Amino acid sequence: MGRLTVSLCGVTLDNPVIPASGTFGFGYEFADYYDINELGTFSFKGTTAEPRFGNATPRIAETPAGMLNAVGLQNPGVERVIAEELPKLKRVFKKPVMANVSGFSIAEYAEVVGKLDQEDQIGWFEVNISCPNVHGGGMSFGTDPRAAAEVTRAVRKMTKKPILLKLSPNVSDVTEIARAVESEGADGVSLINTLLGMKIDIARRKPLLGNITGGLSGPAVFPVAVRMVYQTARAVKIPVVGMGGVARAEDVIEMMLAGATAVEVGAANLVDPYACRNIIRDLPGVMDKYKIENLQDIIGGANK
Amino acid sequence: MKQTVLTVKENRQIAKSVYRMTLSGDLSDVTRPGQFVNLKLDGFYLRRPISVCDKEGEVLTLIYKAVGDGTRAMADYGKGKEIDCLVGLGNGYDVAPSGDAPLLVGGGVGVPPLFWLARTLVAAGKRVTAILGFNTKDEVFYEDEFRALGANVVVTTVDGSKGRRGFVTDALAGLEYTYVYTCGPEPMLRALYRATDVGGQYSFERRMGCGFGACMGCTCKTVTGNKRICREGPVLTREEILWED
Repeated sequence: MGRLTVSLCGVTLDNPVIPASGTFGFGYEFADYYDINELGTFSFKGTTAEPRFGNATPRIAETPAGMLNAVGLQNPGVERVIAEELPKLKRVFKKPVMANVSGFSIAEYAEVVGKLDQEDQIGWFEVNISCPNVHGGGMSFGTDPRAAAEVTRAVRKMTKKPILLKLSPNVSDVTEIARAVESEGADGVSLINTLLGMKIDIARRKPLLGNITGGLSGPAVFPVAVRMVYQTARAVKIPVVGMGGVARAEDVIEMMLAGATAVEVGAANLVDPYACRNIIRDLPGVMDKYKIENLQDIIGGANK
Repeated sequence: MKQTVLTVKENRQIAKSVYRMTLSGDLSDVTRPGQFVNLKLDGFYLRRPISVCDKEGEVLTLIYKAVGDGTRAMADYGKGKEIDCLVGLGNGYDVAPSGDAPLLVGGGVGVPPLFWLARTLVAAGKRVTAILGFNTKDEVFYEDEFRALGANVVVTTVDGSKGRRGFVTDALAGLEYTYVYTCGPEPMLRALYRATDVGGQYSFERRMGCGFGACMGCTCKTVTGNKRICREGPVLTREEILWED
């Protein structure tokens, strides 16, 4: 057991740093830059039953201390993920991976989890009920406690592997959703997905993004994420994975003190492909500075 | 791709709102004309992708237009300024299919990536013709530099204030060419595609998040499937282009 080791839903992570879904593809391309086995794990690109092209471009806009994205769950569909992406990943990544799944109906969530369940490399499912960029899709499940519970119940039947539900911050009380999924057998929750936002091109007098609205991420959202992780960790007994604007080792420690068992890093990967590796390498020094012997010991430390 | 720190050698205005920056450092991953670099600017969250204009040894030349807050801030960078860069991004142009008489067509800040390409093609003994299109004479740059390489150069301006009046496609008549290499605004690329019937390589511009293939922000549809402009592009062959709408 190293100083950085944590246990997430019974599966050991060498360190709590996890590249977030949608910022790390299926991992193997980052293996050209460094050995991705240095990571705790990573959450792969949100996968749906059918292939999706995603939204019209522009899909990205810069904001103060962050960015908006409206990619719209572009992915090759679960069949090709199994046939093409996971074999490529297996060659370069030797740890359990987190499978991020999305759907437009409860049946679709169940179908995708059921198909992926046979893949040995998948250690956890992260069920996205909070993507803000797909019309009539994921968001509605994540903003209604009953719908969130129904998705959880459906995917629970399809796998014995740990299931984390990825929650939306675009709700009045995130703890209500967290309690709803906990009661249906979720093994954990991860939050926050992006905050719904918008940018208008003042020269063209039109919304900049092809999708009109997009999800805000980056350091701008970090304090919002810390608050919601803190509230959620107090409200449920299952592990919480914290994310939202994490960019450095100090942010990982702050998230864990708020109650996170592990920490996802999203937008930072898009600015610096080495962001997660650098955070992991910086952690021991920052832990020494704050007299932290083992990361596992500080989880929820600010909640006590 | 490589992450590296490049140091500004010179940064000066060469036309209306257009600047040329030379930088030095490790450019070993910059392998082809038509690639781009992605610069981290102080105070801006996302990097700024800029096409490579030229590379000679350890000196990189970028030409960029100060249009937004980021590039305007970049215009103030002086000698000695260090910039965190991702270099060697994108596929770049393939010179192999050029034939004996390649035609290079650039529009505005689409002109710069054609410069290193022209130099490479001339060195390979090709008869290079370059059409450089601008809106007006104040925006014209690099006419002399392309000539100095030994290229046959035609300048066009939309208002006729310099060179031939009109669009780049108005300068095609009478030219003989074996292949087309181009970079510029999408309406220009499309007009050129329609006005020519030889093979070619077209460099596209998109808003990008990461610039290295992670975010799926710049995906476009092509004949051969979805492509990320930053990774499988920015250069697409004529055969694979699918014009939207």
